[in-house]
Amino acid sequence: MTTRPLQAAAAQRAGLADSATVRMTLLALSAAMMFADLALIFLWAPTEQVMGVVQRIFYFHVPEAWVGFLAFGVVFIASIGYLVTGKRKWDVAGHSAAEIGVLFTTLMLITGSIWAKPVWGVWWTWDPRLTTSLILWLLYVGYLMLRAYAPTPAKAARYSAIMGVIGFIDVPIVYFSVVWWRNIHPELIIGPAAPRDALDPRMLVTLIFSVFTFTVLFVYLLWERMSLRNAEDEVKALRQGE
Amino acid sequence: MRDFLLPIMTIAWKDVLLELRTKDVVTSVLMFALLAMVTFNFAFDPSPAVIALVAPGILWVAFTFAGILGFNRSFTLEKENGSLDGLLLCPVSRDVIYFGKLLGVFTFMLVMEAVLLPFFAVLYNLPVLDLKLLLLAALATLGFAGVGTLFSAMAVNTRSREIMLPVLLLPVASPVVIAAVESTRAILEGAPWGEIGRWWGLLIAFDMIFLIVSSFVFGSTLEE
Repeated sequence: MTTRPLQAAAAQRAGLADSATVRMTLLALSAAMMFADLALIFLWAPTEQVMGVVQRIFYFHVPEAWVGFLAFGVVFIASIGYLVTGKRKWDVAGHSAAEIGVLFTTLMLITGSIWAKPVWGVWWTWDPRLTTSLILWLLYVGYLMLRAYAPTPAKAARYSAIMGVIGFIDVPIVYFSVVWWRNIHPELIIGPAAPRDALDPRMLVTLIFSVFTFTVLFVYLLWERMSLRNAEDEVKALRQGE
Repeated sequence: MRDFLLPIMTIAWKDVLLELRTKDVVTSVLMFALLAMVTFNFAFDPSPAVIALVAPGILWVAFTFAGILGFNRSFTLEKENGSLDGLLLCPVSRDVIYFGKLLGVFTFMLVMEAVLLPFFAVLYNLPVLDLKLLLLAALATLGFAGVGTLFSAMAVNTRSREIMLPVLLLPVASPVVIAAVESTRAILEGAPWGEIGRWWGLLIAFDMIFLIVSSFVFGSTLEE
């Protein structure tokens, strides 16, 4: 009779040990890659001739955009998973990925503005990609607000899963509509917008490495956020059990 | 087919009848939209050149915000009187409830637009009573009401529900707003069909995609 709880506790400890190993591995890998990435970006990659040093923000901006899309893709799959199966793990994954996605989309918008100011002469233009990114950001801030304001955790999970599906399907439609919208009102060319020639090989290598680095960082953050969310739920369950 | 359509019509008719008897929402929403049009007039210089540029935007911003007020009411009434439970007890599937509620708010918005368009034509001195424009309004309103119905079923249960609906709906419906404004402008300028046609294609795609997806996921909003 007494062995069963003991076994359960042992199994749980083993599970914790496993997750600790995965966590440390991911943390070490993403830290090591991030240092290497910084070295590539600031020491190895050549300075762009027209834009100068500010162009190095490119190696942060593009990977942030990629991680944002990747995260929202994970939200989409997790949302479908939740709506079909109703299993909690899908909700945990979707919720965690949405938070990370909003974080990286925010960083993408900020670094983009910082880059645009010296290069285009303005902080913002209603270019299709910029507009779509902004709407993307608004969609998933709405997703997080919906979770926060939902009456019960079960409703938060269902509602946000619906938003996770609708939002992701909406993004390509938004993009098309904005492209056509901007074609009707031709954009003013402001500042010395550099022509997009083929990238220097070193720039390309740095960019690709940076994208990989940020992807590993995303996996690590997702892992951390999901285990945090599990811990939060456990605390809630314990409190209710009192 | 009849088994599918009849319950939809019945649910929609219930909402229309309720509105005919009380006239709560129609009056307040119409006044709101009218005031929005008048207020925009102060925000922009009302010279003919400026009007031609901003009028399509004014029209659709007024419709959009008025529509949000209407959608909010649609499920608030169901919730306040506990009549949503009654609706759930009906021997119909959840997507029938969705299409019924959708048809109700769609009718409501069309009536509102039909009343507002002549006012708009007079106030801004524009020839808006055009068949193409009416068709466009129906297409855009259908897409807007399609996601609006889904979101208002969720928003009504949240805290600060009045603000939750626009926060969710406006970004998702941004293609509808862009397409409606651009093709209204093109129609008013007498542009050829080619320019209007692709916006209509976009609207039809939006309507179909979101009506289908919304009817699939709508059931999840109603579960306890």
